Amino acid sequence: MGNVPSAVKHCLSYQQLLREHLWIADSVTGVLDPSQMADHTEVMKGIHQYPGVRYPVLTPNLQGFHRAVAAGATEISVFGAASESFSKKNINCSIEESMEKFEEVVKSARHMNIPARGYVSCVLGCPYEGSITPQKVTEVSKRLYSMGCYEISLGDTIGVGTPGSMRRMLESVMKEIPPSVLAVHCHDTYGQALANILTALQMGINVVDSAVSGLGGCPYAKGASGNVATEDLIYMLNGLGLNTGVDLYKVMEAGNFICKAVNKTTNSKVAQASFNA
Amino acid sequence: MADHTEVLKGIQKFPGINYPVLTPNFKGYQAAVAAGAKEVSVFGAASELFTRKNINCSMDESIQRFSQVLQAARAASIPVRGYVSCVLGCPYEGKISPAKVAEVSKKMYAMGCYEISLGDTIGVGTPGLMKEMLSAVMHEVPVSALAVHCHDTYGQALANTLMALQMGVSVVDSSVAGLGGCPYAQGASGNLATEDLVYMLAGLGIHTGVNLQKLLEAGTFICQVLNRKTGSKVAQATCKL
Repeated sequence: MGNVPSAVKHCLSYQQLLREHLWIADSVTGVLDPSQMADHTEVMKGIHQYPGVRYPVLTPNLQGFHRAVAAGATEISVFGAASESFSKKNINCSIEESMEKFEEVVKSARHMNIPARGYVSCVLGCPYEGSITPQKVTEVSKRLYSMGCYEISLGDTIGVGTPGSMRRMLESVMKEIPPSVLAVHCHDTYGQALANILTALQMGINVVDSAVSGLGGCPYAKGASGNVATEDLIYMLNGLGLNTGVDLYKVMEAGNFICKAVNKTTNSKVAQASFNA
Repeated sequence: MADHTEVLKGIQKFPGINYPVLTPNFKGYQAAVAAGAKEVSVFGAASELFTRKNINCSMDESIQRFSQVLQAARAASIPVRGYVSCVLGCPYEGKISPAKVAEVSKKMYAMGCYEISLGDTIGVGTPGLMKEMLSAVMHEVPVSALAVHCHDTYGQALANTLMALQMGVSVVDSSVAGLGGCPYAQGASGNLATEDLVYMLAGLGIHTGVNLQKLLEAGTFICQVLNRKTGSKVAQATCKL
């Protein structure tokens, strides 16, 4: 999100039915860049916050948390990883160190009645370590849940997962954490996202992360290119008769708008098909 | 037809690989056999309008034409694969009833096709519809004789294929780099990419006998020759790393 001009960020309010995440810091060292901070504060203050829609802000540490709250954040998120190497490369500390920082953040958040969402990266594979055991994912998820995160989003950060590995990972996590507080966050790098999401739905998960037009990825995971496109996800959920409350046409309009604004081609097949027809 | 004869004669045929030739009628069948075809296919549809627009006759007439092909093929011990188009939706008729798909599949199976490939021609299907359709067809045709042929126009192909696998289907059509589509179905753009399918099957521990690396090579080759971008995400991801 670092390269999106502020004026465009203001227009993110068009995506009013979707969860949007504002990065309070996306620096490798975890040090907050004051110039970037100003930008994020500007975004938070610039968007129109609609009732019933959440605007969580990523806060890697207590400092980031305080700034987010000062800028008006009413929900925050913390990003852990199921891989030691990924944690070190992404936020420059071990999993244990990161959990200690998050404990402080989540404790403060709870104290102020601010909900905290926990994310676990690399749940189906790591760009540095390769295979990740379901047990490790369970361990990290359990830690985030017990410190007070209201929901744990399990991310296939580099999109290497397949329905089999999704199933095995969820089976393990669901032994410790109820499915009602779990979400999946699948990347579509290898075209597996919707199949993986279908598997998660079949196992009782009912919160799914996605991004309009499939924008976004992970700058720290080489090759990672793109969240699952919300349009394609909604298309599948509608077909399955699941009520999301999301209007597919409006999502497509938002997708069309944001792609033009950031000058990128949509990653959504539904959007492509609709403009071809 | 001259073109197809040239192709058939020009390719090297490896043992254990089928090279089916599409034969819409008896004349086409004869020409295919003369050119050396050892397997043929017939393409039906679960939609009246689509049949008329695609092969310029009614569904009943098409079944009659296939019947002639099947009769001759059986006499010559040439296997015939049957295809049913528009099984999850039609560009002209919209919704297609699972019962209609079952009816057409049953006819084609009964006349002697060894396998019926059920095609989501314009890729509009979703896993729930796939399940419904297969449930109906499986009442009339054994699952071991069924295949699915999903198009990825709306990004649903792999999820639909997964559903089919969960229901017992064990033959899946795809195309390297996701090439191909349907010129008669507006908006239809691209089969399921074989690379992405094999990636999923390998991850599921399902033995396909297909080497993903070699597949990627084939995909790179054909895309260069045709000057087209690959439709495979696995191929795209692999090129970046």
